[in-house]
Amino acid sequence: MWKLLRCLAPAALLALGAGAASADSSKSYEIVDGGIPASLTGKPGDPAAGEEAMLNRKLGNCLACHAVTKLKNHPFHGEIGPALDGVADRYSEAQLRLILVNAKQVFDGTMMPAFYKSEGFTRVMDSFAGKSILTAKQVEDVLSYLSTFKEH
Amino acid sequence: MAFTTTVKRSVVGGVALALAGLGISASLAQDEESGRTNLPSIEGEKLLTRLKSPQGHPLKWVVSGFEFRTRDTQALQLDDFSNPAFLWVERGEEAWSTAEGEAGKSCESCHGDVEDSMKGVRAKMPKWSTDKNRPMPLEDKINQCRKERMGAEPWKWESDQMLGMTALIGLQSRGMPVNVNLEAGDMMAWWERGQKLYYTRMGQLDLACANCHEDNNGKYIRADLLSQGQTNGFPTYRLKWQKLGSLHRRFKGCMDQVRAKAYKRGSDEFVALEVYTAWRGSGLSVETPAVRQ
Repeated sequence: MWKLLRCLAPAALLALGAGAASADSSKSYEIVDGGIPASLTGKPGDPAAGEEAMLNRKLGNCLACHAVTKLKNHPFHGEIGPALDGVADRYSEAQLRLILVNAKQVFDGTMMPAFYKSEGFTRVMDSFAGKSILTAKQVEDVLSYLSTFKEH
Repeated sequence: MAFTTTVKRSVVGGVALALAGLGISASLAQDEESGRTNLPSIEGEKLLTRLKSPQGHPLKWVVSGFEFRTRDTQALQLDDFSNPAFLWVERGEEAWSTAEGEAGKSCESCHGDVEDSMKGVRAKMPKWSTDKNRPMPLEDKINQCRKERMGAEPWKWESDQMLGMTALIGLQSRGMPVNVNLEAGDMMAWWERGQKLYYTRMGQLDLACANCHEDNNGKYIRADLLSQGQTNGFPTYRLKWQKLGSLHRRFKGCMDQVRAKAYKRGSDEFVALEVYTAWRGSGLSVETPAVRQ
């Protein structure tokens, strides 16, 4: 009985946490040829929710470091990373998924945080301990939005 | 005493204003090291805000946070009458000559005129203490005096009293080059500990000081222009805080932002980081109390 409960509890949390701001702990995923081919949730993401998560300063906060022409109505785009215009032309969906999940596995020594990683950090603040920046769903949402960043 | 210092400052400020009005300001000074004309100056004291780094320094140029701020913010700092930090300096002046504690002494009882006795003190902080066998930031020095010489309660690190006193003492070094003595005692071990912290990625965002302040200074992170994280202006009036704040408060702010568990103000880790970051700014003019965004 206890075993069963323990299995159920995280599932219940996941269901509740899908739209919540604080992320769950990351699950395992398979890397194939420098990318993650399979959706982390088993489902395609929602691009509108992805745009929200990209902009939200407590979630993706992508504009902190990257400029995005189609988000020009939001002021102050960062200059740290490359502009994201046309990013879906440069990388496959599987590559983009791995870059979002943990960019350090693609770009050695990059400053970009891993958005779907919950362990292995130094001195994480208690309120974020054991949590990833984004949930699996939010990664898929951002990815589905990024996949529309095509120029060709 | 507090009154006379204020008056003196007003008179000097008045002269500087009058000169500026005639178009004769100290800003025509040329500095050999930076090759710059038009160095910023406050009350005729010029400030070196940029210098070429010595060999072996991790940065090519050492640049004060002053240069990363807008003209409006700079203007607040360049005029003591508009610099809000002087509200704290005036508190510090009052405290300087107020007797407290069992010994019935004030700072002035032992140290006399702050303008003479405290000149250059801030520029050398943190300074090795043989007594305590560790480097001491100004805050620790002040509390050591309060406890051991005055028999008074120590001040809290981020209290208005402490900020007033560190601002007042720091002001007496304004314009003098930052010059930490790493040869005293075990200072090099503390420098190394600070260096290690500087390059250690921390928190959920997994960022080290160096990621922003060494590799990306001069670039915008959202609406903020990243500086080199120099320490020469602390305690600093920060517009975001609407208050004067200590260097260790600023360290904590950065750690909060990367979602790391911050060290405590005055902790060994922050003292080590202060030693190391002060060294990175060697040669910059002390700007205490600076104004930042």
